[in-house]
Amino acid sequence: MADGSMTNVFLAAVLSPLLLGVINRTKAFFAGRKGVPLGQAYYDAAKLLRKGMVLSRTTTPVFWLGPVAGLAAMTSALLFVPLGGLPAAVSFPGDWILLAGLLALARFLTVLSALDTGSSFEGMGASREAFFASLTEPVFLSALAALSLKGGASSLNDLCAFASTLFAENLPAAVLVAAALFIVYLTENARLPVDDPNTHLELTMIHEVMVLDHSGPLFGYVVYGTAVKLWIFGSIVVSVCPLFRAASAPFGVLVALAGLLAVAVLTGVVESVMARLRLLRVPLLIAGAGVSAVVGAILLTGVGR
Amino acid sequence: METLLAALLGILLSAVFGAISDRLPGRWRRLAPAGLVVSSLLGLLPVLKTLLQGEISAFRLPWGVPGGSFSLLLDPLSAFFLLFVLGLSSLAATYAVEYLEAGRTGFFWFFFGVLTVSMSMVTLARNAVLFLVAWEIMTLASFFLVTFEDEHLPVRRAGWFYLAASHVGTAFLLLLFVLLGRGTPVLDFDLFSFPAAETLEAGVLFALALVGFGVKAGFVPLHIWLPEAHPAAPSPVSALMSGVLIKMGIYGLVRVLGFWSVPSVAWGKILILVGLSSGILGVLFALAQHDLKRLLAYHSVENIGIIALGLGLGVLGKSLNQPLLAVWGMGGGLLHVANHAMFKSVLFLGAGAVARTTGTRDMDRLGGLLRKMPWTGGCFLVGAAAITGIPPLNGFVSEFLIFCGAFHGLKAGGLPALFSYSVVMGLGLIGGLAAACFAKAFGAVFLGEPRNGAEHAAREAGPLMRWPMGILAAVCVLVGLFPGVVVEALSPLLRQVSGLSPADFSPIKETMTGTLEVVSRIAFVFLAGVLGLWGFAAWRARRGAVAKSVTWDCGFAAPSPRMQYSASSFAQPFTDFFRGVLRTRFPPTVLRDLFPTESALHTKTPDVFHEELYRPLFGRLKETLLHGRRLQHGRLQLYVLYIVATLVALLVWSRG
Repeated sequence: MADGSMTNVFLAAVLSPLLLGVINRTKAFFAGRKGVPLGQAYYDAAKLLRKGMVLSRTTTPVFWLGPVAGLAAMTSALLFVPLGGLPAAVSFPGDWILLAGLLALARFLTVLSALDTGSSFEGMGASREAFFASLTEPVFLSALAALSLKGGASSLNDLCAFASTLFAENLPAAVLVAAALFIVYLTENARLPVDDPNTHLELTMIHEVMVLDHSGPLFGYVVYGTAVKLWIFGSIVVSVCPLFRAASAPFGVLVALAGLLAVAVLTGVVESVMARLRLLRVPLLIAGAGVSAVVGAILLTGVGR
Repeated sequence: METLLAALLGILLSAVFGAISDRLPGRWRRLAPAGLVVSSLLGLLPVLKTLLQGEISAFRLPWGVPGGSFSLLLDPLSAFFLLFVLGLSSLAATYAVEYLEAGRTGFFWFFFGVLTVSMSMVTLARNAVLFLVAWEIMTLASFFLVTFEDEHLPVRRAGWFYLAASHVGTAFLLLLFVLLGRGTPVLDFDLFSFPAAETLEAGVLFALALVGFGVKAGFVPLHIWLPEAHPAAPSPVSALMSGVLIKMGIYGLVRVLGFWSVPSVAWGKILILVGLSSGILGVLFALAQHDLKRLLAYHSVENIGIIALGLGLGVLGKSLNQPLLAVWGMGGGLLHVANHAMFKSVLFLGAGAVARTTGTRDMDRLGGLLRKMPWTGGCFLVGAAAITGIPPLNGFVSEFLIFCGAFHGLKAGGLPALFSYSVVMGLGLIGGLAAACFAKAFGAVFLGEPRNGAEHAAREAGPLMRWPMGILAAVCVLVGLFPGVVVEALSPLLRQVSGLSPADFSPIKETMTGTLEVVSRIAFVFLAGVLGLWGFAAWRARRGAVAKSVTWDCGFAAPSPRMQYSASSFAQPFTDFFRGVLRTRFPPTVLRDLFPTESALHTKTPDVFHEELYRPLFGRLKETLLHGRRLQHGRLQLYVLYIVATLVALLVWSRG
């Protein structure tokens, strides 16, 4: 079963906060600002881990469970996520179901820890997060299932390898599925146009508002977990894209990292050129991604050919 | 088999003892549940032996009833369902000892015992007459348990609802078995003759089974009795009904499907469609509920849908001769039967503990109970996480198997591939919505601050209520952590339902357990991560300063518990987005004067199928049948005339 290396795990552990820096820098470039240092997320996380905590009297241990289990779920998910041409450390049929399961686990507990504070703002964020996520999950699964329709592959490694060959064989289907995956990436990571990570108004926040009450090491986990999650979805997008796949180890790592960098820059560009969608419009965007995945799937089954 | 029969007899004796125990002094009254629990545990021994070793034992007595024979058989499929009948009965009985108020409980224990025995007989019976008799006793016993608190009008109404729905189902079953047993004088299952699966006749039989058993199982749109009966019943009964009773419908369906070694492809597709509609509509309606037990009842509909998805894939696999699809699909479906029995019982028992101490099931009136009831809350959290299908708990394992089954279906190409694809998508949607629904349920009831004064009096449940919940929650975790072991243990069952030879079956089982081993290892990595991170944060918290404060409410000076997000507000995006299906009713709120004072909003989401389908249908039916009342006028001489006329008609018919 273990046919890959731990490279992706180590890379993600060390480099994932850098992605946040790259996105921020890109946005700063578009806004004509200088921007925060590239390593800001590292400083934030390190500082938070050393700080004390403020806990609400309303909270219970469930409040701890959100950040703790969230980060633990993301790091264990790294074990079976490939990066470009580099296979994942562990690979087995149906591992992407486990990935979806771990994401759902992290989200469920984050939502609960938000509700644990009894704050109406956090409740609002939790409700929106749960709503969007419940629509995103089938889209994510159907995009990946579309890929295994044709290739018959059932692990994330094989799926990504198959998907990258698809661009040459069946371009429309590949583009549709990749587009769906990219929208899932934006939604899951609370980026624009779904959620604005920079907003300062609690009423409009989704993801940020759920962790308003977390502080100190727990909030450090949240920051770091966000970065790892971004890395995971970035890795999937990169692995699907044939441009960034190279098999040989040292070169493959570099190409894949370049891919991740490109995804981060692209995210920054999207965030710079787009406004946020109205909350009521977001379900339409996600549903659109779903339609795109399903159409991709239909093209792949060869119905009507 | 003899041990099992002795155990069933023990349960029956305890039940009879229970019936007379009301007149006995306090301590003696506990003998009935104690006998029930001990007998059930005794009965588990032969059941486990059959389940684990695949040993089949039969029992047969002559029986004077026309077409009937007292023919019993214990095979892995029966043993699998019996495990939950007996296991959950004993846990629910333990819980009920504390849950029931002191008073006239003899009635309860009598029907509880009868229900347990009749469910056992349903799984054991191999004769149609015996099966139907057991089925009917099961329905009646559960009816009396549902209406246990019959001093309340809604409970009586719910009871009638349940009774009527069940009998509509039984009517279909009657027809099914009459058709199946046309050729034989004795209606034993192994004497039945079956038409080939693709014929119209077999299709009719399948449809009868689907409707007849579907009413009990709660397939949409036959589910409407569930949200009525489950909240009305005492909580241990709801747990038993949701955990096992509705599974008798699944048992019947699997048993009947097993009559055909190669079922029809169409049946698999129909099961998948039924599963999708039950799963998605079940969870949607659950989201819109305010009553905690009603919400759980709709989740039973959802989970029955997931089970149907697994079975549908399994049937597809069997009919297309794709053993991989058959084993993974059937295995996932049946394992979900088991898992649902565990987590749904823990949820119902937890809901019962909450309702008992706070006196309300309305989620918008509860809150902050976790601090008062850590045991109940902890077990409820495990159950809630398990039912949403997230790792590392048991719900994930069965859904994982169904997903993997669907991948094998994807490779089949053509329509089966498209159906498998819809299973993947549907299951994803169901999972996401279920997570939202249980975040709402757990969050509203156990987290935050109490929303009204009732919780100040709330107290943790006593040991007899806590232990059954704790055991069930522990099993949920264990199955989730060691899924490979569970599948290995169930392999006789899986081999039986997939109908494969040992040589064909064992490699499939090997891959299955192998995959699940990896899943379990990753679960342990996750747990290690949780422990490490929690430990670090706790260490930091102990060393650094931890300030206790109020929740940050963005600078607002006087936050109050009433400002919390309520269960209904949490669900609002969903009820709004899916309003076309849910039809939530918002009575118009009238604001008077320039400075409106108090105002209230009550929303209600009645069952669409009840409102739009059954109410008009039965209303029309009632109008039509009312004409028949003219025949029933109370004049004795005319009644005698009816009898004479019937006799003469029968005489003419039998002579001519």
